[in-house]
Formats: sequence, C-alpha cells, structure tokens
Amino acid sequence: MSRTLQLALLACLTSGIVSCSRESRILRQPPPANDILNTVQISGLNPGANSIPTPPPSNMYQESAYAVSEGQTLFEQYNCVGCHAHGGGGIGPPLMDRYWIYGSEPGNIFATIMQGRPNGMPSFRNRIPEYQVWEIAAYVRSMAGLLPKGVSPQRPDEMRVKPSESSTPPQIPTGITGSPEQHQ
Amino acid sequence: MAVTEPVVANERDVADAELARRLDRTWRQPKGFWGWFSNTHHTAIGLRFMVTAFVFFLLGGILAAMIRMQLIRPENSLMGPDLYNQVFTMHGATMIFLFAVPMMFQGFGVYVVPLMCGARNIAFPRLNAFSYYIYVGGALCLWGGLLTNTGPDVGWFAYVPLSGPQYSPGHRTDIWAQMITFTEVSALGVAVCIATTILRHRAPGMTLNRMPILLWEKLVLSFMVIFAMPSVMVASSLLLLDRLVGTHFFNHSEGGDVLLYQHLFWFFGHPEVYIIFLPGAAIISTLVPAFTRRRILGHTPIVLSVVATGFIGFGVWVHHMFATGLPQLSESFFTAASLMIVIPTAVQFFFWVATMWNGRIWLRLPMLWCFGFFFVFLIGGLSGVMLASVPLDTQVHDTYFIVAHFHYVLIGGALFPMFAGIYFWFPKMVGRMADETLGKWHFWLFFIGFNMTFFTMHFLGLRGMTRRVYTYLPEMHWGPLSALATAGVVFMTAGILVFLVNILRSMRMGKIAGDNPWGDFSLEWATSSPPPSYNFVHIPMVNGRNPLWDGPIDQPLIVGLRDDIRETLVTHSLDTEPQHKDEDPGPSIWPFLTALTVSAAFIGSIFTPWAVPIGAPPVVVTLIGWLWPRGHSPAPLPGRESWQH
Amino acid sequence: MIASFIGVALALIQAKSLDPGGHNMLQPAAPQASQIEWLYWTVFWILLVVYVLMIGAFTKTAVVNRSGATGPLPIMTDEKGDRRAKWAVGTATGITVITLFVILVMSIVTGKKAAGLTSKNPVTVQVTGHQWWWEVTYPNSQADQTVTTANEIHVPIHTPIVLLTNSSDVIHSFWPPNITGKRDLIPGYSSAAWFQIDKPGIYRGQCAEFCGLQHAHMGFSIIAQSVEEFQSWEQQQLKPANEPGTPEATRGRAVFLTHSCLMCHTIRGTDAGSRLGPDLTHVASRNMIAAETLPLTAGALAGWIVDPQRIKPGVKMSPNPLAPDDLQAVVAYLQSLQ
Repeated sequence: MSRTLQLALLACLTSGIVSCSRESRILRQPPPANDILNTVQISGLNPGANSIPTPPPSNMYQESAYAVSEGQTLFEQYNCVGCHAHGGGGIGPPLMDRYWIYGSEPGNIFATIMQGRPNGMPSFRNRIPEYQVWEIAAYVRSMAGLLPKGVSPQRPDEMRVKPSESSTPPQIPTGITGSPEQHQ
Repeated sequence: MAVTEPVVANERDVADAELARRLDRTWRQPKGFWGWFSNTHHTAIGLRFMVTAFVFFLLGGILAAMIRMQLIRPENSLMGPDLYNQVFTMHGATMIFLFAVPMMFQGFGVYVVPLMCGARNIAFPRLNAFSYYIYVGGALCLWGGLLTNTGPDVGWFAYVPLSGPQYSPGHRTDIWAQMITFTEVSALGVAVCIATTILRHRAPGMTLNRMPILLWEKLVLSFMVIFAMPSVMVASSLLLLDRLVGTHFFNHSEGGDVLLYQHLFWFFGHPEVYIIFLPGAAIISTLVPAFTRRRILGHTPIVLSVVATGFIGFGVWVHHMFATGLPQLSESFFTAASLMIVIPTAVQFFFWVATMWNGRIWLRLPMLWCFGFFFVFLIGGLSGVMLASVPLDTQVHDTYFIVAHFHYVLIGGALFPMFAGIYFWFPKMVGRMADETLGKWHFWLFFIGFNMTFFTMHFLGLRGMTRRVYTYLPEMHWGPLSALATAGVVFMTAGILVFLVNILRSMRMGKIAGDNPWGDFSLEWATSSPPPSYNFVHIPMVNGRNPLWDGPIDQPLIVGLRDDIRETLVTHSLDTEPQHKDEDPGPSIWPFLTALTVSAAFIGSIFTPWAVPIGAPPVVVTLIGWLWPRGHSPAPLPGRESWQH
Repeated sequence: MIASFIGVALALIQAKSLDPGGHNMLQPAAPQASQIEWLYWTVFWILLVVYVLMIGAFTKTAVVNRSGATGPLPIMTDEKGDRRAKWAVGTATGITVITLFVILVMSIVTGKKAAGLTSKNPVTVQVTGHQWWWEVTYPNSQADQTVTTANEIHVPIHTPIVLLTNSSDVIHSFWPPNITGKRDLIPGYSSAAWFQIDKPGIYRGQCAEFCGLQHAHMGFSIIAQSVEEFQSWEQQQLKPANEPGTPEATRGRAVFLTHSCLMCHTIRGTDAGSRLGPDLTHVASRNMIAAETLPLTAGALAGWIVDPQRIKPGVKMSPNPLAPDDLQAVVAYLQSLQ
C-alpha cells in the first residue's frame, strides 16, 4: 500500500508541474514588444545564406484555448467578418484555405493586421491592442485547422455557418510568396 | 431447502468453532498487492468507500478554507478570479459527488446493509467493487484536472451557456462532465447491489414489516439513485455532445434551449440532496432507539415518511429555478410540493422526540452527534420552508442565505449523522471503541465553528451578498460578517483534526469493543467486531423488528449452507422464505481491470473521439474476463451434512 | 439553547441595522420588496415559534431524560406513554400541515401581489446582460427617441416599470434587493418583470447568477426620481455628446478617436459607434463606472482606462497605455460628457 501511495504522490507532483498551457488564462497581459514588426519577414528570400537570420516570433496565445476563444469573439466583434466572412472570404481573401498571401506564421498574421495590406486590409495599429491582435492571429490560424484540436474553438452559440475550427482538417499552407514554414 | 432446528448449547459451541474455521478458510479475503485489488467483500469495499470519501471531504474542506480566506476582507488578493472559480466549483463538486453520496449512500450502505440483512456478502460483489474503482477513477479525473489547471470553473452545476463551448473554452468543463459520468455509473452500480441485497438477501424472518428503518431508507435511496442519476447523466452527456461534437441541444440560436439544461440538472439535483439527507435521517432513526433503550415509536409512519420523501423529492426541482421567470401557476405548484415535503420529515422529527420523551437517554458520543443533528438540521429545514415560497426565494436565491440553508441541511443532515454513524459503527468496523473525550472535543469545536461560519451567512444573504463572488467592494459592509464567518473555519478545522487523532489513535489503542458494545438490536451486532469475512457463522433468523431484543436465547438458526464454497441464501422479497442458494463469485481482479479500461475510455473521449473505438475493445476484453463462466462448484464430499427441502 | 437565542437576537439586530443605503432585502423601498419583506417576517416568526418548541423538546429530553449510566441500560417499554405520544405526534403533524398550508396561501397571495402590477402606460426598460456590464435601453417606437445607457437605470417614482430581460451571452440575474426579487437574464428568453418605486433614491443591485470571471463586480444602480427629473434626464440622454469646451477636452476627443477606444465604445455625435462596450455618450452623467465598481472621478477613470485588468482581471476591456498628457486629455473629455 505504501508503494501505491508513493506512486500516487509522484503522479500528483508531476502532473502539477506539467500544468496545462491549453487551459491557461493570461489575465495580465505582458507589455507590448515594439520590435516584433522588425523581426517578421514575409519573404523567405535572403541574399547570401539561405536561412532566416532570426527565428520568427511565436505566439504564446495560440497555446491557450481561452485566448483563441477570445480571438474568435474579437474576430466577429471587430468586424473582420465584414470582409473575410467566417473564413470564406468575400471582399477580403478567405482565411480558411491553404493560400496565405502574406504568410501563415503567427508573426506574419500579426504584421498583416497591424500594418494593413494593399488592396483593402486596414491597419489596426493603435486601434486593436497588441495582445488582442495576437489572439486574433491565433484564431485565424485555427480557422485553417493549424492549431491543435484541444485549443481550437468548438461551435459558437450562434447560428451555424460552417463546421467548428476544431473539426477543420489542417490546411497545410502554401503561400504565394510564402515565408518558409516552421514546423507547427 | 434449509432446515431450522434448535441446537443444544455446548455442542453448538464446539460445532460453531469448527464451522467458523472452515468458513474462514472458504471466505478468506485475498492478500498482497494484487489481492487488494481483487477483494470483493463488502466490508472491505465499504471501508474503502468511506476512507476515500473522507479523504475527499478533507480536500474539499481545504478548498472551503481557501474560499473563506479569500473572502475574509473586501478586495482581498489571495486568489484571482480564475483560481477562485476553480476552487469553489471543485469544492461543490468534490463535496457532493466525491464525498456526500460515496460516504452516506455507498460507504455506509455497502458496509452496513449486508450485515443488517444477515447476509454473508452484498449482492453482485464484483459490480460493487467495480463501482468503487470507477468512483476513484472519476475522483482522480476531477482532481487531476484541478492539479493541471484544468479544473472546472463554472460552478458545480455548470449552467449553460457559461459551461457551453463558446464561454468555457478548453477541457475544464469536459473534465467536470465526465466526472459526472464516472460517479453516476458508480452510484448506479451500488444502488443495484444494495437494492438486490435488501430485497433478496435478507435473513429469513425479516419480512418487510420487520425490516429496520435503515434498510428501508437504503432501499428507497437505491431507487432514487436509479431514477435521478440518469437525468444528470443526460444533462452532462448533452453538454459533452454540445461541447465536443457540435450539437445544438443548448444553443438557442439553432433551436436549442438553455433552460432545458436546468430542468434536467435539477430533476437530478433535488433528489440528490435527499439522497444525501435520507441516510442521515436513517442513522438517527437507528441511533435514537439504541441510546434511548426503547423501540422506536412510529416505526411504520417513519418508514412511510422515508418513502414519501423519496417520491415527493422528485416533484420539487423547479424550486431551484424560481428566478427564471416561469409562469406563476407552475411555480405555485412547486411551492406546494416543496412545502409538502416538509411533512414527512416533520413526522420523523416528532417521532424521534416522542421516542426520547419517554425514554432514558444514554448520552454517549453518537447520541451527542444526534443532538447536534437536531439543532442544526432543524434550522436548515426551517430556512428551507422559507425558500419554498416564490417571492421569498426571488430575494434570497443565489445569495449567502441559500449557502447557509444548504450547509445547515447538508452538514446538519448528513455530516452530523455521519460522525454519529462513524462513532457508532467504529467499534464494529475496527473492534475498538473511539475515545469519548476526544470525541466530545471534536463535537463542540465543530459545532461552534460551524454555527459561527454558517449562521452568519444568513445575515450576509439578507444583506445582499451574492454567491460565487471572488471578492466584494468595501462599501457593501460585508467585511465584518465575512470575517466572522471565516473565523469559524479555525474551530471546524480544529475539530476535524481532533477527529482524525481520535480515529487514528483509537484504531490502535482504543478500548476493545465486544460484539455489541452499545447493546443495540440489529443484526450487525450479532457477530464479532470486526466481522469475519463470512459475516455470520450461521445465517440468523429474525423474530421481530428489533432482532437482538426480541429474539429468544435459543433463537433458531439457519443451517445447511455449504462451508466449502461461498454459498449464500436467497430469500423471497416479501416474506423471506428461503428460495434458493447462490454462489458468491469470490475475489476477482476483473472489476478493477474493467474500471481501468472504462476510465481510460471515458477520459480519452474528452480529448479525442478516437478514444471511443480504441477504448471500447479493452473494455470488452475485461468484461469478457469478468463474465467468463466459472462452471459449477464441485459436489459436496460425501459425509458432509446435507440439507432437506 | 442559549446559543440559539443569542443567534436569533443577533439576527434581529443585524437585519434591522441602520446601514445607510443598505443593499439589503430587509430595507424595502418599493411595494414589491415591502410585500416580500412582510412575508419574510411573518414566516420568520412562525418558524421561530416552531424552532423554539422543537428545541425546547430536545433540550428537555437531553436534560431531563438523561441517565448517567455507564453501560447500556435495560430495554424499556411504556405503553401508556406511547399512546399519549402518538396522539401528540398526530396533533403536531396536523398543526404542521395547517401551518404549511397557511404559509402556502400567504406565499401565493404575496406572489400575486408582487407580480400583479400591470399598467397600460408603464415605462419600459430593456436590460441586456453582457459579461460583465448591463446595457440599458428605453425602447421607443421611434429610433431617435430610444435612450441607450449602461449600468444605471433611471426610473420615475409612482410609475409602473416593466423590465424586459435579455442576455447577449450567458445567464445573468438582475437583482435590486431593495426594490424587488431577482429575475434571470437568459439568452434566448425574454421575460417581463414589473416593479414600481415610490421613494426617490439610489438603489444598488448586483448580478446574481454566476456569469464568469467578473461576476463579483457586475453591479448596477436604479435611480428613482420625480417624473420631471426623469423626463429631463431622458431628454438629456437623447442628445448627442457635448462638444468639447476646452482645448484639453478637444485633444481628449482626438485621442479617443485615434486609439482603441472607438473600437468598442459609442459616443454619439462622433465617429465612435461601436456597441461592444457601454455607451459613453453621457458617461459623466452617471455616478459610477465599471459596473458600479469605481466612482466617476478623474483618478478612477484614469486608472480604469490605463489598466482595467488590474481592477477587474478578466474583463473584456484592454489595458490602454496612453502617454500621460493623452490620458489626462481623455479623462477631461470623458468628464465633460454630461
């Protein structure tokens, strides 16, 4: 019995250490990092060496189901659906397919939203706070099925327009001028 | 079938000792690591239920202490809202699903019922063992969730849409919903075992008319569990389907209904609290005659009250929904039903008083806890009368008034009788008496602390403090009363610590208890303390409602059950005529293995639907192992005593 | 026994304590709450009598019938006592049934009275629950006569008010304890709750159904005014926002319209037209901000704008790290929006 007790204690300890990032709720946002836009690249081409000198920024929000769910809410509330619908596109390009004009990495999406893009994508710099842009970027990736199932949102409490992001099969990105894809 | 014949005293002693030796060999409980997991004897499983449930009581109590520490003053920053939401949800879920039902119904029921029936073991012992392991699986699922930041944070009742897929992202609520599945399967299993034991394994002579109140209550409870638990399983399963599969049961935009969840949940939820309270009332009905030294007055009306409570308990659930704006006429119906359910409980109270009024009270520790029950549960019950009224409920619903009410009825109605029952049956379970002085310290510390905490909450509720708030503004003037409520936690903790010391010490150093230290009348006191693995050397016969008080010295016994295989007697449900003999399956590892595979399938299905097709074959394999036919036991050796029909 | 009497005395003292502006169901300021308070006290006294009788019986048995024996006493029977006792139990049960029936009738009557208020000309208030604030509109058949505000409900006295409930996300519950009982705001359902206030004053309420991270800080207030005051308030609310009168306020408006503020808030008369957060057109006419959590002062406003997550972690409003001058300007502008 004491051996069982020891095993149980060990299980408790290890599970406490391996605390689930999927369930984290980041309620106090880290301060905005102003150099993100300097490190994001759209094109994978460099003169000289073939590799990208600096690793692209990661998005800690895409590991948290809560943050992705917030991103889903914001996507609708900030009227991204006005141009992109729920991923099917319209005035703007679709977001749920394989084609990413400006790259599918979290940093690329962040830069797209912050800077705006030619032919109609507004710049939301100073309008949407940075952490919310990261949340929206995480949600956008989930629309193409690029986030793990546990983190992607399930069906919203609204009328159904498409299958939920968590049941969307992953659309492996092929950019038109895409940056080299990192492993998901 | 079995022959009953009087046996002469001195010959009987010699024959008994030999019989006991043979029975002990046949019914021996397995030892060793795997033996522990194969044990299917009801005393072992019952003790495990009780100990495990008590561990979760302590864990839930720690959560409660955390809640009170956070609320000790306005705008306290001990816990943020996210952690607080998980803590109070886990407190409610742990106390209700992992402590109250497993202790009061499963623990006490599984241990005491077969002994009180005069049976050798519970019916369907492997299902009983499986129920224990699946309960532990559910408990580990829930607490594993809390320890990995995946603890549910939507309240123990998890109303949609807050617990739905949009507002509760991640798997926190899935852990909760699946825990429901685990614990309800466990409760259903035990309900089937207990109901069958009571209906078919009672000792001959224990007709329904002579059945003790506790057995009646466990029978009613089993049926309540069988009818109520499916409702919450449906609620949680529909929630899981909405969350994991994308159905729209509770999605009002697509034709679903948010209130449907509440109806399904409370159709279970209200009988659930009676499932928690009725065992307490039955323990009181068992202890009062023992410590008043007289047969309980109004045995039949009390039994009828228990049955009536069981029935009416299914007709009052909407009183949890009075604030939702349902039509007045339907709300009034439920007011009437909620007031009506007071009557059976009142009848029980009156008969307890009447029994004690003309008796001589032997105020030992269990009886002290009975008095605690009277004082505390009465307040809770009367505040419940207030809540039955719709206008009053619309003011106090979801405030600390309700918190006070249900803690008075749950702690008063279940915890106080639980401690009474523990002190009462402790000698039977362990063979030693608990210490009276420590027990009295336990009682008074806990009683004072409990009232300090929860009586204060009545005022907090009347003054508008809502439930489930992680903090409050200083302007609300709830600070001093909240601090007083928190202070009570110190006393309650001290009381529980004294209890733990008492139990642990008395297990080794308590005064040796004989078979019947309290001089009580029911059948469990007719065997040694602790009972042997075969419970009774001879299956007893019963002559009246109080067997050990009514039975003569030369009480006839049942002979004729074989002692080389695990043979049990099955009797008719009404008049307990012996009908046939059944063979207890004996120790088996398959319930444990089945619980493992089922747990894996349940927990896996939270994370991926593949867990269902992948998890099902191991379940099937373990079920096949469980149900594999055992063949017939060998015929008795010639020369053994044979029985006539 | 003594403890319970002390407790009861405490109950009486505490409940009727003279807490000014008490958020307290036992300080009714409206007919609905008064009727419920009457019912409460009536039932309370009935139940107190029951409690005293029962506790008396238990105490009697604990004291008088107690034996000091050390071991189990012999079993006793008392046929005559039992017969008497059965009669007593029967009588007590009968009295219980009658008492419960009386309580039932009183409850239904009170319920009918409290809910029986109807009128042909009520003031209609629509309350929509959001996580974690209250959207308040006064619907009107003409769109430009519809008042939209947040967290503060103005009502005229001596007028029936009908509250239409709605929710945009999860279940909330509208509860002003001094006025009336609570009504849940359930998404997909709309119910009508009637009340009337006869005494002018400010009455606080709180959300009473767990709705997520900031359920604890979701308050509202009902301000009951004379009919004239209410109408002038209504007229004021219908006007578009004041033009900024000082250079600082002008700068504040510019900051408001060029930062994230306009993504969520409406100020009618400017370009800010988003409905995600509370309507700020007349924010300075309200007493408090952040759903009755903070007073409307410059300091509180500044702190709230810069970091709402510090005060209400989890709230949907983002932190806005503005430069100090910009922050001052925005605060000055908002304070000018009477």
